[in-house]
Amino acid sequence: MEWLSEFGAIAAMQGFNGLSVFCVLLLMALGLAIIFGQMGVINMAHGEFLTIGAYTTYVVSVLTEQYAPFFGPYYFFLAIVLSFFIAGAIGWLAEWAMISKLYQRPLDTLLATWGLSLVMQQAFRSIFGAREVSATLPEWLMGSWNPTEAIDIPRNGLFVMGLTVLMTGMIFLMLYRSRWGLQVRATVQNRVMSRAVGINTKKVDRMTFALGCGVAGVAGAAFTTIGSTGPTAGSLYIVDTFLVVVFGGASSLLGTIASAFSIAQAQSLMEFFMSGSMAKVFTLSAVILILMLRPQGLFSIKVRK
Amino acid sequence: MFQISNLASGYGQSQILHDLNLNVAKREIVAVMGRNGMGKTTLFKSLMGVLPQWGGQISVDGCDISKLETHQRVESGIAYVPQGRMIFPSMTVLENIQTGLPASAKGKVPDDLYALFPVLQEMRHRKGGNLSGGQQQQLAIARALATNPKVLLLDEPTEGIQPSIIKDIARTLKEIRNLRDLTIVVSEQVLSFTMEIADRFLVIEKGKFVVEETRDKVDEATISRYLSV
Repeated sequence: MEWLSEFGAIAAMQGFNGLSVFCVLLLMALGLAIIFGQMGVINMAHGEFLTIGAYTTYVVSVLTEQYAPFFGPYYFFLAIVLSFFIAGAIGWLAEWAMISKLYQRPLDTLLATWGLSLVMQQAFRSIFGAREVSATLPEWLMGSWNPTEAIDIPRNGLFVMGLTVLMTGMIFLMLYRSRWGLQVRATVQNRVMSRAVGINTKKVDRMTFALGCGVAGVAGAAFTTIGSTGPTAGSLYIVDTFLVVVFGGASSLLGTIASAFSIAQAQSLMEFFMSGSMAKVFTLSAVILILMLRPQGLFSIKVRK
Repeated sequence: MFQISNLASGYGQSQILHDLNLNVAKREIVAVMGRNGMGKTTLFKSLMGVLPQWGGQISVDGCDISKLETHQRVESGIAYVPQGRMIFPSMTVLENIQTGLPASAKGKVPDDLYALFPVLQEMRHRKGGNLSGGQQQQLAIARALATNPKVLLLDEPTEGIQPSIIKDIARTLKEIRNLRDLTIVVSEQVLSFTMEIADRFLVIEKGKFVVEETRDKVDEATISRYLSV
């Protein structure tokens, strides 16, 4: 019976690992699902907004250690909120200065935001240095949780999972239950007509872009619990993020969730049997194959045109 | 009540509308008739601010709106039902109507709107894109009315709609006018439809109004001469 419980423990930990990857992917993709999926803006600088969140967390952590060590266990919550607002504010500025001029030229936004991402990376390098930094994690985020002797579940993974569920729920509510969400969806479908029913589309666009960037900032804050932060940390995520959104079918939030889940599970399952890079090759090939058969992505809304 | 003076507009280099003047009274229904390419849609688009206005003035209830952006014009009391209806296809009927509601309505559709279009209440959870042409037209009108307008602009509302529904739409428009003291400007190519509802007839040709008749003096033959190709 010994081998059975051991197998069960491995299965549980491996399953959790898959879920953890899923949450990370989903958290990254949520912001882009709003910006690319809803607005259709190809934002190559999305990864850098993640990095902003990560650096914000790092700065808050350093400041807490220096000036308010008693606040240490709780600083992380403040860091998350700050990350959201700082990344959101910078996103707001970027939309105002750049992207609002380019809605008629989607391919030019690709180039412009790529330029923005280079500028931001260099700015990080100049301000924080090229070396990777990491925030000091509070005690309660370290170590792991052991429901039985053999099962070992990391606490930071659990935390990221909780945060992902919370953020997804909030975005769902905002997009499908609020007036802002209604206006976003209307603007996406027909910008001119939305104006003609009285929607201030410029304001909606700016809010939407800022919110997407803010969500990316929260994701960045969450990632400081998993890895360290460097100037190019965000650009490592950008491919995966686009992959998740495109595979899920743009403009479908449910599709984004489903695609993050399937990519993450496939990845972590295969990693168990082969090397990480081989697993990646197989996942990517499968995604490409499915996208060739279904170019509109996993989920797409069917209506008469 | 709704005044247009010396309105000029066009696309790029080519001017389409030449110094249009129109004065519509409260509760009046005015029909703008004309063949394709004579400037009907251009007129409506420049009234809404969708097309940039080259010159002239538009005012609603004494309030100049010609400098305003489209969404501000809607706030000042004009509503627009475009040619081809342009509803939001992947949103439900209810959500389509809600896009027009002002923030103060808190997303609640007024009962009299559903009373005018009972079919929309029945289908409120269906996707707008899955409605028939006539139902979409009703939805587009309901969405425009949700903004609580003083002036309603309809661009070829009968296009691609079966005759029995056209009769319904004519009846509804008159009913709305009486209920809400609405001013209506409608562009049309179908004379029978406008004969049923309009108080005054204008014919637009090459961006100018060439005929203007009130209902009691109108001569069907004259107008239909301008409409035939």
